[in-house]
Amino acid sequence: MKTHKHWRAVLLLAVVALIAAACGGDGTEDTSIPITSGDEAPATTADTGDAGDTDSTEGEDGDTGSAEGGSMTMLIGSSGDAETNAVQAAVDAWGEESGVSVEVIAANDLTQQLGQGFSGGNPPDIFYMSWDQFQTYAANGYLEPYAEELSNADAYYQSLRDTFTYDGTFYCAPKDFSTLGLVINTDAWEEAGLTDDDIPTNWDELAQVAEALTTDSRAGLSFGLEYARIGVFMNQAGGSLVSEDGTTATADSPENLQALEYVQSLVEAGSLRFPSELGAGWAGEAFGQQTAAMVIEGPWINGALANDYPDVNYRVVELPEGPAGPSTFVFTNCWGIPAGSETRDLAVDLVEFLTSDEQQLAFSEAFGVIPSTESAAAVYAEQFPENEAFVAGNDYSVSPIAFAGAAEVIADFNASLEGFATGGDAQTILTTLQANLQAALDAANAG
Amino acid sequence: MTSLARPRSRGLRGNEGPFGWLFTLPAILILGTFLVIPILLAVWVSFSNWNGLGPPVGGQAEFVGAANYAEVLTQPGLARRDFGIAIRNNLYYVLFVVPIQTAVALFLAVQVNQKVLKARGFFRTAFYFPSVTSSVAITVVFLYLFGASGVVNGVLNWLRVRGPNWFADPRGVFHIVLSWLGVDSVPSFLAGEGPLGVTWWEWIAGPSVAMTALIALAVFTTSGTFMLLFLAGLQAIGQDIEEAALVDGAGPVRKFFSITLPMLKPTLFTVLTLGLIATWQVFDQIYLTGGGAPAKTTLTPAFLAYSASFESLKWGRGAAISFILFGIIVVLTIFQRWLLRDREGSRRNRRRRARMAQAGAMAAITTGGGHGTGGGAGE
Repeated sequence: MKTHKHWRAVLLLAVVALIAAACGGDGTEDTSIPITSGDEAPATTADTGDAGDTDSTEGEDGDTGSAEGGSMTMLIGSSGDAETNAVQAAVDAWGEESGVSVEVIAANDLTQQLGQGFSGGNPPDIFYMSWDQFQTYAANGYLEPYAEELSNADAYYQSLRDTFTYDGTFYCAPKDFSTLGLVINTDAWEEAGLTDDDIPTNWDELAQVAEALTTDSRAGLSFGLEYARIGVFMNQAGGSLVSEDGTTATADSPENLQALEYVQSLVEAGSLRFPSELGAGWAGEAFGQQTAAMVIEGPWINGALANDYPDVNYRVVELPEGPAGPSTFVFTNCWGIPAGSETRDLAVDLVEFLTSDEQQLAFSEAFGVIPSTESAAAVYAEQFPENEAFVAGNDYSVSPIAFAGAAEVIADFNASLEGFATGGDAQTILTTLQANLQAALDAANAG
Repeated sequence: MTSLARPRSRGLRGNEGPFGWLFTLPAILILGTFLVIPILLAVWVSFSNWNGLGPPVGGQAEFVGAANYAEVLTQPGLARRDFGIAIRNNLYYVLFVVPIQTAVALFLAVQVNQKVLKARGFFRTAFYFPSVTSSVAITVVFLYLFGASGVVNGVLNWLRVRGPNWFADPRGVFHIVLSWLGVDSVPSFLAGEGPLGVTWWEWIAGPSVAMTALIALAVFTTSGTFMLLFLAGLQAIGQDIEEAALVDGAGPVRKFFSITLPMLKPTLFTVLTLGLIATWQVFDQIYLTGGGAPAKTTLTPAFLAYSASFESLKWGRGAAISFILFGIIVVLTIFQRWLLRDREGSRRNRRRRARMAQAGAMAAITTGGGHGTGGGAGE
């Protein structure tokens, strides 16, 4: 017995010694890692990304008691330096009032990094939540439903509130929005002898001008071959994918078929070509390279054209109406807060600050997004008349379907559309979509 | 470790058992923490409905039996179909990449092993270079090379061939060949549903045009690595044996197939196994080329596991796909080991072996037999 205990003690000691040696070894051998176990406080070397992360997690754990002087992390899917810097400046301004420092991290892959943060039990305190992932996140209980507490909860566009409503609860505050518009190359327009009167207001006119603008080296119209564009035509034809009550798939309808066949007729006429056929990654690139005279895109095209193709002259008009009236898609992000977050109240306060009309307009100026409140959007439309069409679109916009489990169905639909350009059968595509959609809806409603 | 230590425990070195444990402790701790525990956790996740929130053990996750496996293997639906398509894509990828890269690697190794070749060092480095370059960088370069108006199509154009829009072309190459032969629509005997909810017609599609670009990429990047392995194997073949073969009148072709290739069998096994594992796990290229685009024809199980976990938050399904993939790799490796086994049993081979042994003995006599003579072959 005595020897037994003796050995245990030796083992324990050895383990401790080994761990200490391993940690110490790190510090001495690899000088690039600034934090060593026994050395000075880590705060002095917070310049590398790794060190910064360690700092913030320590801050979270240590500062749960006192809100003042704490720190938070914010994960954003940034469109570029302009956005990252503007967001950082805004949170710094908030930090001066609240005494909380917020570290803004621009994600390389927002979905992946969020998933990793949540599954690792260490999500960011506040983050961009995209419309297409929102329902999945809310259904899985990831999100804190805080939005009704905001003082400006009623100021948001109804379509945006709907996007971020799950199971009757308005979860998170929309930070901005984008709609789709028809972007027209004005030089090509004039070249083809078209005037302001020719701006298409219905499908027939769209087909006519697309044909007029088509040349050997240029397609009249282009947009990505995906639900996020084709779906607009379906809605314009009066179709939908899911019934109002969210229980029945309605993809296999004559309206949707009409929409697909209309798009197909444009392809057959040669006036609609998809970006990949034009050697472009997306329609905006084809537009910039002037291989497409008109594209259906959102306000993000402004930044892309200004950066890469500053010489292209263009204007944006509302999408032409379909047989059942006007329709466009709205895409938006909200400020997500993790469910049960320790910094919840601080984060809500920060959202309140970031979604104020004043701050949203500052973001608009910095990186071109449209404010999510009706009052600020009205100011925006005056300030940026060239984007007036995008703002106007929100009066009749709908959000693309995004219920939990929809992403896989939409991915499959998008994949089946790729055969569509080369003469696929529209009815088969809709039949498959209908079956998949109904199965996913049943699963989502059962869960 | 215990089994080694225990028999001694009563003898002179009876007190060494604890030391044995002590010295293996770091390895046990490291392997346990970073290998065994995560694998066990993943096994659990694959049988649970964990949604990524909170800890997988002790949280809200519940045991759901084999439901995750059933979803991708037996239940009709999108999950199974996606998995079937991913398996099909990856199967063609493996079928093309592994033989081609092995053959190219062996060919290159034999070439750069030749004493007469000038600037061998240069070629060795050049062929090995793609292996040490980041696969991400190479993929991005390939995206440009195989663009609609990229270099590859430029060259094809110059040869008066209209190149396809590589990374945007979802047509299967076998389907294209069949359409040349006049089979444009689905023949009725192939229209039925095959395994995993994918029709037989889709199963025989072959790799899509986009996938062939990725196959070319894989061959380009990994041939160099395996060339190095073959080179090491080639240099282990004694000079004496080659000289003996020469004396016996074997030409270069005969020498290659009767001497070099049989002696490279262990290396061949290594190369094929490594190739098989790597090709079934292909992920980087898929992630960079758009996660299965065009039309899911570059979707692979590894990417599907990722998207199920991180995008759909179905971590159980993602883990289940990973374990099925693991199973596929293990089974194929065992099969390949069986295929490349030493066929001691077969009579014909025994005779051949006897003949070879005889020839070897003769060779040893004719060349003076010393192992020392053939020592340091090559640098």
